[in-house]
Amino acid sequence: MNTVTKPLYKDKIVAQQRALQDPDWVKWSLITIALSFISLFICIPLGLVIVQAFSKGLEAYWSALTQPDTLAAIKLTLLVAVVTVPLNTVFGVAAAWAITRFDFKGKSFLTTLIDLPFSVSPVISGLIFVLLFGAEGWFGEWLMEHDVKIIFAVPGIILATLFITFPFVARQLIPLMQEMGNQEEEAALSLGAGGWKTFWAVTIPNIKWALLYGVLLCNARAMGEFGAVSVVSGHIRGMTNTLPLHVEVSYNDYDVVGAFASASILAALAIVTLILKTALEWKQTNR
Amino acid sequence: MSILLSDISKNFGAFTALNHINLEVPEGELVALLGPSGCGKTTLLRIIAGLEHTDKGRVLINGDDKTDQNVSQRGIGFVFQHYALFRHMTVFENVAFGLRVKPKRDRPSNEIITKKVHALLDLVQLDWLHNRYPDQLSGGQRQRIALARALAVEPSVLLLDEPFGALDASVRKDLRQWLRNLHHELNVTSIFVTHDQEEAMEVASQVVVLNHGQIEQQGSPSDIYDHPANAFVSRFIGQTNVFDLDEHDADWLQTAGLLNPTQEGKIAHVRPHDIIIEKSDANHAAPATLKDWQHLGALIRLELVKNGSNGSTAPVFAEMPNDQFKQLELARGDKINLKIRQAHWFH
Amino acid sequence: MSQSSVMPGFRPTIGFTLFYLGLVVLIPLSTLVFKSFELNWDDYVHIITSKRVLSSFRVSFTTALIAASIASVFGFITAWVLVRYSFFGKNIFHALIDLPFALPTAVAGIVLATIFQPSGFLGKLLMDNFGIQIAFKPAGIVVALIFISIPFVVRTVEPVLLEFETTMEEAGSSLGASRLQVFTKIIFPNIFPALLTGFALAFARGVGEYGSVIFIAGNIPYVSEIVPLLIVIKLEQFDIKGATAIALTMLVISFLLLLLINLLQLWVRKRSGQL
Repeated sequence: MNTVTKPLYKDKIVAQQRALQDPDWVKWSLITIALSFISLFICIPLGLVIVQAFSKGLEAYWSALTQPDTLAAIKLTLLVAVVTVPLNTVFGVAAAWAITRFDFKGKSFLTTLIDLPFSVSPVISGLIFVLLFGAEGWFGEWLMEHDVKIIFAVPGIILATLFITFPFVARQLIPLMQEMGNQEEEAALSLGAGGWKTFWAVTIPNIKWALLYGVLLCNARAMGEFGAVSVVSGHIRGMTNTLPLHVEVSYNDYDVVGAFASASILAALAIVTLILKTALEWKQTNR
Repeated sequence: MSILLSDISKNFGAFTALNHINLEVPEGELVALLGPSGCGKTTLLRIIAGLEHTDKGRVLINGDDKTDQNVSQRGIGFVFQHYALFRHMTVFENVAFGLRVKPKRDRPSNEIITKKVHALLDLVQLDWLHNRYPDQLSGGQRQRIALARALAVEPSVLLLDEPFGALDASVRKDLRQWLRNLHHELNVTSIFVTHDQEEAMEVASQVVVLNHGQIEQQGSPSDIYDHPANAFVSRFIGQTNVFDLDEHDADWLQTAGLLNPTQEGKIAHVRPHDIIIEKSDANHAAPATLKDWQHLGALIRLELVKNGSNGSTAPVFAEMPNDQFKQLELARGDKINLKIRQAHWFH
Repeated sequence: MSQSSVMPGFRPTIGFTLFYLGLVVLIPLSTLVFKSFELNWDDYVHIITSKRVLSSFRVSFTTALIAASIASVFGFITAWVLVRYSFFGKNIFHALIDLPFALPTAVAGIVLATIFQPSGFLGKLLMDNFGIQIAFKPAGIVVALIFISIPFVVRTVEPVLLEFETTMEEAGSSLGASRLQVFTKIIFPNIFPALLTGFALAFARGVGEYGSVIFIAGNIPYVSEIVPLLIVIKLEQFDIKGATAIALTMLVISFLLLLLINLLQLWVRKRSGQL
């Protein structure tokens, strides 16, 4: 396990609370301010999704969800996640291995490059694929001649999502594997284990929770991405609308129940993500 | 200033940290609170400082009841175990802090603060570091800066929590001596917490031994060593051989010369240097055999095995000066006669 | 070159990393730069200095600045409360802080628009009592960006506050400092670099944010039209050049801002002896 033994989160909380106490009126005013702020900006919006989705009753909610366009959007969203998440997971593990287990020139530059998609606006992330594969793009003519559609089609959506969710897994693994060091892997190798064996038997068990956490965040973003996907999708109903795009289209058509019914699925996804994340954090501090 | 603690009790949940503590520290003393970890010594120090509230009892400093006063008004100097220097301030600003946060009417002018801080840094011999940040100092330097910072507000009492605990052994030795001298110079009533009996004996003018939240004994270092009040103190202060009459063969004890008509109690504690040794002339009735010895610098520690005892088989330790040991020309396996010079008896 | 010659797998992992990084990130991103070479300088200046583009930049940067500032103040208080105090339901609040990370932006967008529109739950309240309209105005953008900013501030400040040595506070108190002095002179200076980072992350994200903003902003040109939206509008009008010019400008400004803030942080750390 880790050579650095860190005090548990809980122990720190206890230590913090034993420190000099703030006067009660300060404490309760600050708690009130914080809770009002969080309620206003987080709790109320979350509650409203449910309220609006069921505003015309359970039947309207169900028929909105089972509409062919909604079902097509759900299918496409799942397809996008199924393709992008594994790819970025494999990349994240490979990148973390190369960066944390070896020393080479330009390592910190490489780490910065991996984070790049985080600092690019989603709209620009979509735009760059239009510039590459769109009608006026570099490969536009060639694609047209060979009748391959990327922009305003599923491949474009997948590419934009790949770009957006690119850093998630690598970002979770790099700091953890850095801190762990490679003594355990060296020990395994010295005992005669091969490279793959070492990776599966020593590395993976040590990083599994962080890996799962990264996959979780990657998946949430892949299913929920709006800006980048919106630029490359073309909003063709039943064809290139992912669930978040379907939310937008329904909302703009004043189909409140439809929009919020789809939104409720995405909100549920967010909640599940948060619950799993909390559980994983708990696991990691209590292992 | 004198410190008076009357009937102090403190619980953390179900755990009793301090149990009816009464303690008087006369002005100008340098007192060690000594005890094993978890005995409540740090809690007691924090209560005197006002960093922890008491459940029961009063804290009086120079006759004034300070129990309900906040730590920031108590006028104490506190040196924290890991120094707690302000990481974002230079050494100079750390020491000046206590002066700068005084209310406007009591706050000295900037020139006076500068002069005073430099004087204090001179006192701890670190003025040349005044522009550094804490992260750039060694442990011993941080310790002395923390002390200078606590002294800047001219505290009525100085409280130090494990002041040498986080230092290397060699630095610790130097600093002990230095703290003693500084105390002589300033003569401010001081209390420090330690779990190291050697440190307490070496530095303090008074030692208070704590165990399980209670005071076992208070007195000068020689008092505590020569007249331990109970078995715990005797065992905690220095090495000791324990002879329990229930576990030992009375005959053997008789041969060793331990039993005498005036004994009171049934457990005898004997310091290793109170055992006098002579070579026996291959006599089978000799009470002990020399098993091994270790060099402790000026002293030699001998490990003896008891002969002809059906009781406890624990080895007996004796100590003697190096040159005396050489004169005896002992070898492993030699039969030994022993005479016990002095024992402390406990029930 | 490698840190430990016994470790296997350097060539395949670094090879795949570079290949995939190039394919998915670097080549696409570089098209933006190369495409902009097709523009001449005069065209570029003409596009960027048009009134509508300048207005959108003003709207995007001011709203992001205001939102990040507000989120910094309340985010700091929230992090403080979560670390220092215990109260009923704290764990749930703790988990909910990350909701803006997990909730798709389109969902946040329609929800906030529904709440703050003049007929909405809070919009009506504000309209009837104070005559304030949030949605379809720049204030609406600020609201959406505050939502997005919360986790950036809280999650950056929280660990630093947790690691903060409370003995420093005790030392301050023992030297006679009042609780307020301890806060302003000891706690805050130590937390400030983290707060600055949180602010910067929130600001950078806010400038580029699209999904949560467009529903509540009203998107009135010159008033509440943000830069990302203008890029989309240009694209929909097949004005690729215009879209490219604006996007490149925004990208460069974002990178410059991040650089500036990194330097500022370095300076703060140096000044406070943490380096």
